[in-house]
Amino acid sequence: MWPLVPYTRASQDGEVTAPLVIDREGVDALIGELINRGYEVVGPTVRGQTILYDTITSTGDLPVGIRDRQEAGTYRLEKRDDDALFGYVVGPQSWKQFLTPPGTVFWKGLRTEDGFETVAPEEPPKYAFFGARPCDVAAMKIQDDVYLPIEDGLYTSRRKRSFTVAVNCTEPASTCFCASMGTGPDVNEGYDIALTEVLSGGQHYFLAEAGSDEGTDVLAALAARDARDEEVVKARRLVVHAADQMGRKLETDGLKDLLYANLENPYWAEIGERCLSCTNCTMVCPTCFCSTVEDRQALDGSSAERVRTWDSCFTLDFSYIHGGAVRSSAGARYRQWLTHKLASWQDQFDSIGCVGCGRCIAWCPVGIDITKEVAAIRERDIRLVSVGTPIVKEAASE
Amino acid sequence: MTLPTLAVHKFASCDGCQLSLLDLEDELLAVAGVIQIANFMEASREVLPPPYDVTLVEGSITTAHDAERIKQIREETPVLITIGACATAGGIQALRNWKDVDDFSRYVYAHPEYLDTLQTSTPVADHVSVDFELRGCPVSKYQLLEVLVAFLQGRRPNIPTYSVCVECKLKGNACVMVSQGIPCLGPVTQAGCDALCPTYDRGCFGCFGPMETPNTAALADQWKVMGASDRELVDAFRNFNAWSEPFRKESDRREASIEIGGVR
Ligand code: SF4
Ligand code: SF4
Ligand code: SF4
Ligand code: SF4
Ligand code: SF4
Repeated sequence: MWPLVPYTRASQDGEVTAPLVIDREGVDALIGELINRGYEVVGPTVRGQTILYDTITSTGDLPVGIRDRQEAGTYRLEKRDDDALFGYVVGPQSWKQFLTPPGTVFWKGLRTEDGFETVAPEEPPKYAFFGARPCDVAAMKIQDDVYLPIEDGLYTSRRKRSFTVAVNCTEPASTCFCASMGTGPDVNEGYDIALTEVLSGGQHYFLAEAGSDEGTDVLAALAARDARDEEVVKARRLVVHAADQMGRKLETDGLKDLLYANLENPYWAEIGERCLSCTNCTMVCPTCFCSTVEDRQALDGSSAERVRTWDSCFTLDFSYIHGGAVRSSAGARYRQWLTHKLASWQDQFDSIGCVGCGRCIAWCPVGIDITKEVAAIRERDIRLVSVGTPIVKEAASE
Repeated sequence: MTLPTLAVHKFASCDGCQLSLLDLEDELLAVAGVIQIANFMEASREVLPPPYDVTLVEGSITTAHDAERIKQIREETPVLITIGACATAGGIQALRNWKDVDDFSRYVYAHPEYLDTLQTSTPVADHVSVDFELRGCPVSKYQLLEVLVAFLQGRRPNIPTYSVCVECKLKGNACVMVSQGIPCLGPVTQAGCDALCPTYDRGCFGCFGPMETPNTAALADQWKVMGASDRELVDAFRNFNAWSEPFRKESDRREASIEIGGVR
């Protein structure tokens, strides 16, 4: 699955580039080069007790020597005993924070004497997403399929001008399961530059590979040298090893049929007893795209604006139609979320709407775990277990 | 042009919610330009006669006299909006609903015989019909403005009833429950404060009352996993919105388990 021998990757623009090697100074130069090219570089940085995404200007802004410990419903930062720049994985935010920022004004008008005039929206920054994990690069591709075909202005204006520096994962969190979703821990496509950090036996270097023509240009501006074969092998080994270390797994075989066949499974109600309908899972999910639109007016009616912000299938308003909310129970709302991500997404967009980043597991305040719940549905599959059996009865009566 | 008239009334409360109106410093002049403040003792002694096009009511009903007064106010207005935890849930003073008010009166006052008070503190909606309830302890001045704008424009106010967690995430905060192990009422509390406490590394205290579908039992169980006692849970739910049904039931449930467990 992951080649152990040195190889050269075909860039997305078709050009073949050999892996290069840079050190921490080289990473600083990379950030500097992106800034020179007019990008606002956003990347991981420690804010309080968490790693969030914010503007960065040098490697000093990165969470150097920090690791994250993640479990269902918990996330803690710890000091590492090295100076790794990327020794952690994903936090509560994803790049959708920048691609579809909540609360974006997409129409604004001012009242004039004989009608109204439209105020042009502000031009969004040109973002460089620095340190995007393979699962997140995959998530951006998934969101592309949602927004690009409908030419969504807010998304396209940000996405088309963005630059992605991906970082392959060598130490997954216990909540990660990208290997089962085929989205990581190495990045396959959708990046401009991919880095792999190697820290072992006194060595600290980064394998840098271009995935686009612009990525090639940017790397050419750095003092990078060609990677030696053993350096490439070492880097690839770490990533392969990461795949074996995945803390979680989600069986995707027959997933769509399983979930469609189990819409009436009484187990959803059991999850509903634990679920808070708080929306955290959908807010942190890098592929969830649901939004709502709000109209705001000035008190005296002199101006009006239309704002788009995030919404979630866990709120009542989300499914409110004439007569009330369609999904009134928590179980029904959880079923909607899970079934959309893993089953109906396939009909809608030809892919699974989950990249295995594990955010929804860690950031659920009560630690509800998508991988466990899918396994539980599989175990209680109503096609195999008749509804009268104790296991199903027990769930229904809880 | 005659402007729509506004009345603001106070019952048992701290004045904080009415002050939110005066606190709209930047917008206050604009408010005065589109609405005539006809009866607002906190702002002006000048009182115009009823009826009023819109009426804001702060405070809970705690005396027999107030129970009559609110009926009169209801008759004077087509649009009655209650503001704040006192008016919408009974407020912190609803803690009396669990106790004997006569006992309190004897301890606190030299001459309790002068007091004429009800045994309970109850929300306005228990006494008269209410057109819109704006939550918060105190209310958010921005939400108050939104309710007034919506009233003037004849549309539904954009006041979400989902959890504080939504605001917390929209703001880009890291969850304090998950990242610091701090118990938080945000998942069962209605949004409106812009996730004020979690933004400053504190758990939510539940100022805006229960959200639309509060799963208080599941959240309380998680608090216990995090080390909270039943006593602490009773205290957490018996706060500004103690008498709101979901919070009341949860605190009663946890209190019952203290009694069963025998530890206080
Ligand atoms: S469903 Fe969960 S694991 Fe999957 S992409 Fe969304 S947040 Fe990540
Ligand atoms: S899971 Fe819910 S919030 Fe996420 S995309 Fe689907 S419907 Fe929207
Ligand atoms: S899910 Fe995979 S790609 Fe994403 S952070 Fe974890 S190990 Fe890295
Ligand atoms: S699954 Fe967890 S994060 Fe999602 S709505 Fe339920 S309690 Fe909240
Ligand atoms: S800090 Fe509180 S309000 Fe914010 S997401 Fe966590 S539980 Fe919800």
